[in-house]
Amino acid sequence: MSAAPQVSPAETGGSWTAWLRSKITGLVPAGQALPDRQPAYVASWIYVFGVLTLAALVVVIGSGLALAVGGSAWWHTSSLGHFVNSMHLWSVELFFAVMVIHLWGKFWMAAWRGKRGLTWMTGVVAFVASIGTAFTGYLSQSNFDSQWISAEAKDGINSIGVGAWFNVLNPGQMLLWHVVLLPLVVGVIAVWHVVLVRRHGVVPPLDAGPPERSGG
Amino acid sequence: MMTAPEIAVLAAGHYVHWGVIKVSVTNFAIIVSMVVVFVLALVVPFPHGDRDGSDRHRDRS
Repeated sequence: MSAAPQVSPAETGGSWTAWLRSKITGLVPAGQALPDRQPAYVASWIYVFGVLTLAALVVVIGSGLALAVGGSAWWHTSSLGHFVNSMHLWSVELFFAVMVIHLWGKFWMAAWRGKRGLTWMTGVVAFVASIGTAFTGYLSQSNFDSQWISAEAKDGINSIGVGAWFNVLNPGQMLLWHVVLLPLVVGVIAVWHVVLVRRHGVVPPLDAGPPERSGG
Repeated sequence: MMTAPEIAVLAAGHYVHWGVIKVSVTNFAIIVSMVVVFVLALVVPFPHGDRDGSDRHRDRS
């Protein structure tokens, strides 16, 4: 790995801003934060599904912000509210579909190779956290669907012993988990995952030969 | 005019069974579509905009 050299606070004259700057710039190798070139093997559609997942996540968050501004009366009664509500649902459906295809692709190319174990695990945690976020979203619709789903889910949640802290019959708690806590978790892990991908590079195919070093 | 039980049967959707596996036709169609997209992503050629400009097998691990 050719990340920028790390600088200790002593080397920056005790300046915490210079130390933090060196930490941030050292997160990924120079030029790899937003690269304009990729290894030749990346020229395959299977490598597109990670960024499709990110694109869907952007639409999910954007439409979710619009729903938060309008509120439940808006998304239940106005035509624009219905549209944004549907956009939020279908962007989530696409988010999960492309994320699972991304998962299949990375599993079959054993993407944890080459010290990429943490990249794989952050993806796993992001997937699990996304399921929780979607679940609390279904509980936050404020309609009969959300009532039905919460009533069906309560026994399962209670059976694993967390019902006292995560009460699916409490729509206020579920809404706050859905719009604050879990999106924060998914967002932070997604950023961490992308930083790790940029830090270690895209995993080569299983049958790829030794890396050919180029000038780029 | 349909009776309430007939409406309930229609609303319940259609399911397919294989032993212990039970899945709605809708969800099964979505899963099959995802597998098709996955296979297409593996076999459909990717357009090469700048073949010579890409880094050959560069691995920074």
